[in-house]
Amino acid sequence: MSDSSKIPVTEADLHAYADGQLSEMRRLQVEAYLASRPEEQARVKAWMTDNQNLRAILDPVLHEPIPVRMPLSPGRAILPWRQIAMAASIAFISAGAGWMTRGALDQPESQRVAGTAAAPQAAIATGFARRAAVAHVVYSPDMRRPVEVGAEQEDQLVAWLSKRLGAPVKPPYLGRVGYDLIGGRLLPGGQGPVAQFMYHDPNGQRLTLYVTREAAPTGDTAFRFAQEGPVSVFYWVDDKFGYAISAGVDRNELHRVAQEVYRQLAPG
Amino acid sequence: MQDVTAQIVACIPNLRRYARGLTGNREAADDLVQDTLERAWSRIALWQRRGDLRAWLFSILHNLFIDRVRSKRASPEEPMGEEEISAPVRATQTDMLEVRDLDRALLRLPPDQREVLLLVAVEQMTYEQVGAALGVPLGTVMSRLSRARERLRAILEGRETVSRLKVVK
Repeated sequence: MSDSSKIPVTEADLHAYADGQLSEMRRLQVEAYLASRPEEQARVKAWMTDNQNLRAILDPVLHEPIPVRMPLSPGRAILPWRQIAMAASIAFISAGAGWMTRGALDQPESQRVAGTAAAPQAAIATGFARRAAVAHVVYSPDMRRPVEVGAEQEDQLVAWLSKRLGAPVKPPYLGRVGYDLIGGRLLPGGQGPVAQFMYHDPNGQRLTLYVTREAAPTGDTAFRFAQEGPVSVFYWVDDKFGYAISAGVDRNELHRVAQEVYRQLAPG
Repeated sequence: MQDVTAQIVACIPNLRRYARGLTGNREAADDLVQDTLERAWSRIALWQRRGDLRAWLFSILHNLFIDRVRSKRASPEEPMGEEEISAPVRATQTDMLEVRDLDRALLRLPPDQREVLLLVAVEQMTYEQVGAALGVPLGTVMSRLSRARERLRAILEGRETVSRLKVVK
């Protein structure tokens, strides 16, 4: 053995021995030390037994399902009131129209004004996108009653919301992009009723689709993107409705879902 | 971001196990973990991939736990570790009896010693990781570990009585 065998065994070594935290060489030295000291050996053995028993008591917790109340992503953990205050006071910053469906050069006026050649284009989101984000922040963290009508009554949900909005609305099927419908609710918009559909993925990540008739058709159906704190929003307008899809996920993930929603809802 | 989210979620079972050991109570433990996660999500931008994510989560849980211990002490009710006064042990095997005793003995350790013992014995962290999670130097980790084990053995071997509970504040 080398010089280190002359280093006296300390109390800390005995603990590290019991906890398997010694180098192999040192472990052998401590073992040799304990071999001739039955009292010390019994003490260390008792610690090792305690370690094992503590794990035996507590390990079953590892296999319990994670309770529903645990927030599994940033979006659901934010205090709604703080978010509402922020959403109401801070303008949405658009990171530029990421994906133009028609006429890529046909930028909205606001983006042309605010954007510069060097800096990323910025725009103020229209009113309904902001309302959609606030509605997302208010309802998506709600564990007990996130929706008024659940997905198991989808027919009733569709009939009710279509009647209240005065035009047929239907939640798109998002199973292909990994989200299932939880249900929906009716909300007050700027002047009248709007619909909110909520979805979640297997991890509990929620997203909401906001459908309103209050968005003025702009003649183009460009996707716009807005971000405020942890909430991302993609929104667009077709000839009947304004749509906004919100979630506490990054832009790419939301874009993937927004494309699928757009594909299903696009007129004609 | 997705990556970090998944890593945090992956730590939840361990956080729950640790909190259960600290509190000895399912509800209280999950309250602690829920608060830990909420704080973690709200500060995720501050973490910015510096250091060990697991140690960061355990340090948040540690701070919340210590806050609770302090506020409990400040309130005039029940002394810590009241649980073990009653509860007749019904285990049929000697092994079960020992395990059951250990469970209750653990709750009679001072909170700072209980933390170190659980992080070492159950979470199987290195002493350095324990120091990082609790924000104390290595020497403090070792002395708390040593005292925790000494005390635990004393309780289990009947060398320590429950007289402490009779003390009137």
